[in-house]
Amino acid sequence: MSPSPTAIQVLDPQAIERALRRVAHEIIERNPDLEKIVLAGIPSRGVEIARRLCDTINSIGKVRPEIGIVDVSMHRDDIGRRKNISPVEVSHLPLNLEGATLILVDDVLFSGRTCRAAMDAIMSFGRPSRIQLAVLVDRGHRELPIRADYIAKNLPTSLNQRVYVRFQNTDGTPDSVWVEKE
Amino acid sequence: MSLWPHKDLIGIQELEASEINTLLDTAAAFKQVGTREIKKVPALRGKTLVNFFVEPSTRTRTSFELAAYRLSADVINISTSTSSLTKGETLKDTAKNLEALHADIIVLRHSSAGAAKFLAERLEASVINAGDGSHEHPTQALLDAFTIRENLGAIAGLHIAIIGDILFSRVARSNIHLLLKLGARITLVGPSTLVPHYFKQMGCEITHDIDSILGEVDVVNLLRIQHERQRQEYFPSLGEYTSFFGLTKKRAEKLKPGCLIMHPGPINRGVEIDSDVADSDRSVILDQVTNGLATRMAVLYLCAGRSKTGE
Repeated sequence: MSPSPTAIQVLDPQAIERALRRVAHEIIERNPDLEKIVLAGIPSRGVEIARRLCDTINSIGKVRPEIGIVDVSMHRDDIGRRKNISPVEVSHLPLNLEGATLILVDDVLFSGRTCRAAMDAIMSFGRPSRIQLAVLVDRGHRELPIRADYIAKNLPTSLNQRVYVRFQNTDGTPDSVWVEKE
Repeated sequence: MSLWPHKDLIGIQELEASEINTLLDTAAAFKQVGTREIKKVPALRGKTLVNFFVEPSTRTRTSFELAAYRLSADVINISTSTSSLTKGETLKDTAKNLEALHADIIVLRHSSAGAAKFLAERLEASVINAGDGSHEHPTQALLDAFTIRENLGAIAGLHIAIIGDILFSRVARSNIHLLLKLGARITLVGPSTLVPHYFKQMGCEITHDIDSILGEVDVVNLLRIQHERQRQEYFPSLGEYTSFFGLTKKRAEKLKPGCLIMHPGPINRGVEIDSDVADSDRSVILDQVTNGLATRMAVLYLCAGRSKTGE
């Protein structure tokens, strides 16, 4: 599924890079104990963003945070309600999360349900001392009491709009964020 | 296009290669759950699974039961002795009653081929075939494929020998469908009474001489000699079967390095396989059991995602 010709581009590759660089700075500022950080991406684009943040943090802070993958599909509460089942990816987190600061990374923050499921998934791996949330786009319309700690781009939307995030590495199209009226 | 459009799992014959791969990929994700501190996910919370086993089984039933628990579903076990089938109730009526109790998934083992399909067409609930007569045993074939893929990387291009009682084996039928769909080459081995030539029509090769293929194959899958299904003698004696077709220590030495030894269990030590060979490091028989759990979790997860009872 690719954004249609009527979609409006809100971020280009340079804008995405600048915004993620700022988020990396904020992460370093908020976490003096950088070596305890685990960046856990939600497949598939959250993993790509986690990788980029990791590289940027490494180049600024000289510490390379560990990267993890948290698949949320088996922790969702809407099985049977969805029209289509999306592929379940293998989760991968460090064996010992005790004392770690886990930063959950996703592309779009919307209802907050994915984030809720991801926190549930993380708890089944162990007990990190804190969980923070970093997102590329916050489009509003939360259905749960959840907010992001790091937001690359605030994007006010209406409920009938769709937000698309595309990356060269995951989608084969240039890095971009689009909004479209349904 | 849907990754998994099926409410039920009746047989491998009805599946596309892409759907089989979706299932195996999903199973890999569920296998990871077994390594977590908390080995349980809430995916099927609030769903009810009925293990409806009209034919005895410990292994498959336990595996489905544990898979359901790991997915947070509730489980009821019904076996022949506890069901009203012994009082003359028909299969359909028993199943309708289970559905009236809001069962979401029914796992059925039955001695008649087609029993699972019969129920699937009449019930809203998901029906998973856990073996129907000599027809199919799809989850066994899927866990076998998962084990092969995990050990050897891919299935396409492999040469796989299935040895033993092919005629009566639902495991063999499901395995043949699956492996051919994923591009493997299959040789069936056994006495001519148990490996009839019409299996060639499915696309398999056949030999009655086990020693001729041992050095060529990447996987040997040994099937149990099923005493309970053989009403007449298909070979003179177990001893003679072992001397012609058993995987003895001497025969195992002729296998290619890295060749996997598989068996769906329960094994008859000293009949189709020597005790030492079954316990050797090339044997993945216990891996198959572990993988069976992950595979069945994937099956339950995917089918429950398509069933209508959740709406």
